[in-house]
Amino acid sequence: MDPRRTARTVSDPKVRQVGFFTPPPDHAISDPPRHHDPIQSPSQSSPPVNDRSPSDSSLSPVMIPPPRHHSDALLRTALQATSPTKPFSPSTRTVMIPPENKDLRSPGRKVVYGKSPSSFSGVKASSVPASELTTVSVVNLALGISVEGKILTAEEAGGASVEVQNDRRASSKPLKEKTSKAERRALQEAQRAAKAAAKGSKASSSASKVVTSENTKPIKATKPSSQKNDGSQVAASDKKGGDRAPEKDRKKDAPHPRMQYDDTSRVEKAKKRAVVKQTEARNRVELFRHLPQYEHGTQLPDLETKFFELDPMHPALYKVGLQYLSGDIYGGNARCIAMLQAFKEAIKDYSTPPEKTLIRDLTARISSYVSFLIECRPLSISMGNAIKFLKSRIAKLPLALSESEAKTTLMLDIDRFINEKIILADKVIVEHAVTKISDGDVLLTYGASSAVEMILLHAHELGKEFRVVVVDSHPKLEGQLLLRRLVRKGLSCTYTHVNAVSYIMHEVTRVFLGASSVLSNGTVYSRVGTACVAMVAHAFRVPVLVCCEAYKFHERVQLDSICSNELGNPDAISKVHGREEINYLDGLVNCENLQLLNLIYDATPSDYVSMVITDYGMVPPTSVPVIVREYRREHLWS
Amino acid sequence: MDFQVVVLAGDTSKNLAPLVSKELPKPLLPVANRPVLYYVLHQLEQSNLKDLIVVVEGKETAVLVGDWIFGTFVDRLHVEIAAVPEVIGTAGAIRAISHHLTAKDILVVSGDLVSDVPPGAVAATHRRHDAVATAMLCSVPVSGPSESGSAGGKDKAKKPGRYNIIGLDPGKQFLLHIATGAEIEKDTRLQKRIIRAVGQMEIRSDLMDAHMYAFKRSVLQEVLDQKDTFQSLKQDVLPYLVRSQLKSEALLNGFPKAEETGNGKVSSQNKQVFVSQILANASTTSFHQPSSVDPDGYVSTRKTHTCCAYIASSSKYCVRLNSIQAFMDINRDVTGEANHLLSDTSSDHNNIIGPSPKLGTKTTVGPNCMLGEGSEMGDKCQVKRSVIGRHCRIGSHVKVVNSVVMNHVTIGDGCIIQGSVICSNVQLQERVVLKDCQVGAGFVVTAGSEYKRESLARKEK
Repeated sequence: MDPRRTARTVSDPKVRQVGFFTPPPDHAISDPPRHHDPIQSPSQSSPPVNDRSPSDSSLSPVMIPPPRHHSDALLRTALQATSPTKPFSPSTRTVMIPPENKDLRSPGRKVVYGKSPSSFSGVKASSVPASELTTVSVVNLALGISVEGKILTAEEAGGASVEVQNDRRASSKPLKEKTSKAERRALQEAQRAAKAAAKGSKASSSASKVVTSENTKPIKATKPSSQKNDGSQVAASDKKGGDRAPEKDRKKDAPHPRMQYDDTSRVEKAKKRAVVKQTEARNRVELFRHLPQYEHGTQLPDLETKFFELDPMHPALYKVGLQYLSGDIYGGNARCIAMLQAFKEAIKDYSTPPEKTLIRDLTARISSYVSFLIECRPLSISMGNAIKFLKSRIAKLPLALSESEAKTTLMLDIDRFINEKIILADKVIVEHAVTKISDGDVLLTYGASSAVEMILLHAHELGKEFRVVVVDSHPKLEGQLLLRRLVRKGLSCTYTHVNAVSYIMHEVTRVFLGASSVLSNGTVYSRVGTACVAMVAHAFRVPVLVCCEAYKFHERVQLDSICSNELGNPDAISKVHGREEINYLDGLVNCENLQLLNLIYDATPSDYVSMVITDYGMVPPTSVPVIVREYRREHLWS
Repeated sequence: MDFQVVVLAGDTSKNLAPLVSKELPKPLLPVANRPVLYYVLHQLEQSNLKDLIVVVEGKETAVLVGDWIFGTFVDRLHVEIAAVPEVIGTAGAIRAISHHLTAKDILVVSGDLVSDVPPGAVAATHRRHDAVATAMLCSVPVSGPSESGSAGGKDKAKKPGRYNIIGLDPGKQFLLHIATGAEIEKDTRLQKRIIRAVGQMEIRSDLMDAHMYAFKRSVLQEVLDQKDTFQSLKQDVLPYLVRSQLKSEALLNGFPKAEETGNGKVSSQNKQVFVSQILANASTTSFHQPSSVDPDGYVSTRKTHTCCAYIASSSKYCVRLNSIQAFMDINRDVTGEANHLLSDTSSDHNNIIGPSPKLGTKTTVGPNCMLGEGSEMGDKCQVKRSVIGRHCRIGSHVKVVNSVVMNHVTIGDGCIIQGSVICSNVQLQERVVLKDCQVGAGFVVTAGSEYKRESLARKEK
């Protein structure tokens, strides 16, 4: 009936590739449709959008890690000797891009202990062809080292290096079990070689050997003393914190590899640590087994029962955790603000235990809070970035600062983060986005994004004449809340569900979408259904504008929505809220051959996104890595 | 977690007339051979709440209770005993110890609560909603003895329980109305304002206020200061807080946020509003938020506070010991179906028998029974669903059914005891028949007498 619609949906082959396609489209994307977009009007300086294909080549600028300075000359030379850059396989699903040299692995570590690097070339060769699955643990190893390198650069003190060695020893043990067979063998060989080297060096005292012996002795001296000084409980928690410290720093440098929940042994271990009792859901969809999914009914009451037993947990954090778990707070910005405010409370009440330094103890404390929050609900990327920020601020505190000063500084920092990265960013986004709304527009939005809501309200205040289409979807029906607020303000709205989006789309002139995160390859990670809306809009040549604060950007690259996602409560989709009579699935939920999938997020390929509106201006999605690279360093790690 | 626990251990209650006395105050009334207070303290200890304030009415009682607590929980709990004058009510008791309360929230537990509902759950609900008051509600217990009970027991079961009328929101999280037993005879008045704000109210009479509350300290203290006529937490304070939740008066300024913004600059206030708006928009709306009521959607100056309810699941055990019937029920349940309340029971069988009872030949002790240490029984006795205390001497041919026999009781040959409570040091001479009776401490029942539904006690000298 409508020639425009039919013609275009058929002609565009990419339409069929949302979500589950594994090999990225290797053909260069079609530029012409982009220039048709009314957004890319001449008023805007022609953006450097489509000069390279989005799949492989766009990764490359991000992949090349910036060089790092190692103060330890020995370490550096060793690393350079042993780490040729590993060819990057585009087929891996999550591509982690640590800013560190990626391929430092166990041999590099051993070098510090003063053995000839040449003896390890064979070892390295054997560890390289590890299968794809084990890459996670390899990254783990590499990251551990990279952190240590960082500590060295940061502190440049002899004491620091002692601790580094200490950490290294501690961390190498648990890692051993997780490695693949090939790697275990490699490690074994390495140890054997180390023994031989140690024997050899006994006779001929090389300089490196002196270093090791010096370093190892103080470790033994310091460790027991730190454990003795407090009561049993305190000592236990201290020890935990000490063990976790390197892990935290590791996170700071690179995205922590997500736990794969189909790896049973790891899941068991994680469960032992867990505060929230989590029973795994039984019927999980095969493709998403690697994601955590729990029986939702039991978590809340169980956590409530333990209310008084979690002594180290700050009440404010506990409250936020409960609110995440029960779904009282949702949405990237709100969750992030709630978490930061809880951290502020916790820091306010914090006092450094005797014989501790604030920097180390508070970091450990914060990460225990974070792991609690993760158990309540997986972190959003925005929260991850905020945590990263806070931890880097803690680490950067001058040692000379008194406790109260340090606390005030941190609390001001948190306020500054909320203020600059969220509130001001939203204001700037609104200013930018409003210029794209003109009289007579029909704007479509999906779900309930706080940024989009502000844009719409502001445009309405400016007296622009436009109409809003709110598209919503089950099971959360967040759009209804947005709709309610918009209608109250006097905007003229249309409300529909995502099923009807292809019908409503041809009267729409702009699509405004919120995002949970925008990743380095321009992929928009957002509420499930966003990809569908964006794709339909693209097919109808309607410009898609994604509003996302820059603090939600992430250097991760994700090609589909399978590898990293969150699974919601499957009951939410099997039951229809408010209509008890629809109970066709009752009693089937635990049936063997029924698997319910309630995805929370999806990934929209950058092809469907015309523009990302962020606090640094309106940029094409391909420019996201630039912002991540240029501004992130400046703001977070300065 | 910044909670303080106050246990209101109660007094020599009138409801339990012959059972409790000056020597045996209500907190020490044995339930399955342990003082009833033990169950509360044990439950709190399990939840890792080790700093307690126990409020007892009357000085002598306080000494008795204190002695027992220090004897039992030494090194395990840090308990402070506060003696308050009698007849000042629960609100008065809190008022009296008000200056000891410092934590952000106060957990008030009645000392006669026998329950396995974790107090943490109430506290967590309280915190999650940032409530001013949270009450634990549980389903009304099935009163009266179970199926094979005697006729007399059934009569008592027909007596209407102490029902509360409780109004909840559709999500069953907020308390919208509460009226306790005494007021129910009159007409119940519901507040139009609350109903209009919520839209829908569920009124239930099958829930019981279990007298475990979490209060925000600042609010509780202010209410107690301002309204000095309030006597009881249950009948005055809680209904008041529930009633006024949408027009929270100026005296309830226990909201730190409001205070903070007061001295800030205008710009920072704007930011606060902005942040709170983001948070409000992204959280599930409750009727308390003015934005859902006001058409303009801005945070208005009107203050509200929330009153929450924690509804214990029906699988949990939760009974208050506030009548003789309840006392019988609890004794039965604790030895029977709810025997997990007794922490150290290693009973593979259904009955719990102390270390050295001496049983005569052909004596049977049925299931759901408890026999204290050092008790002796003669030949051909029968004990069914009963609790027998320590150092009792029971003769031959005695039948004890559905009864509670406390410590140091002497029962002569041929007695038949059904559905009765026999306090300590009672002497029953031969061939006494008791049915649904309560025998006060130290009473001597002469040989061959028969009593039915009577309360026997020594005259006060």
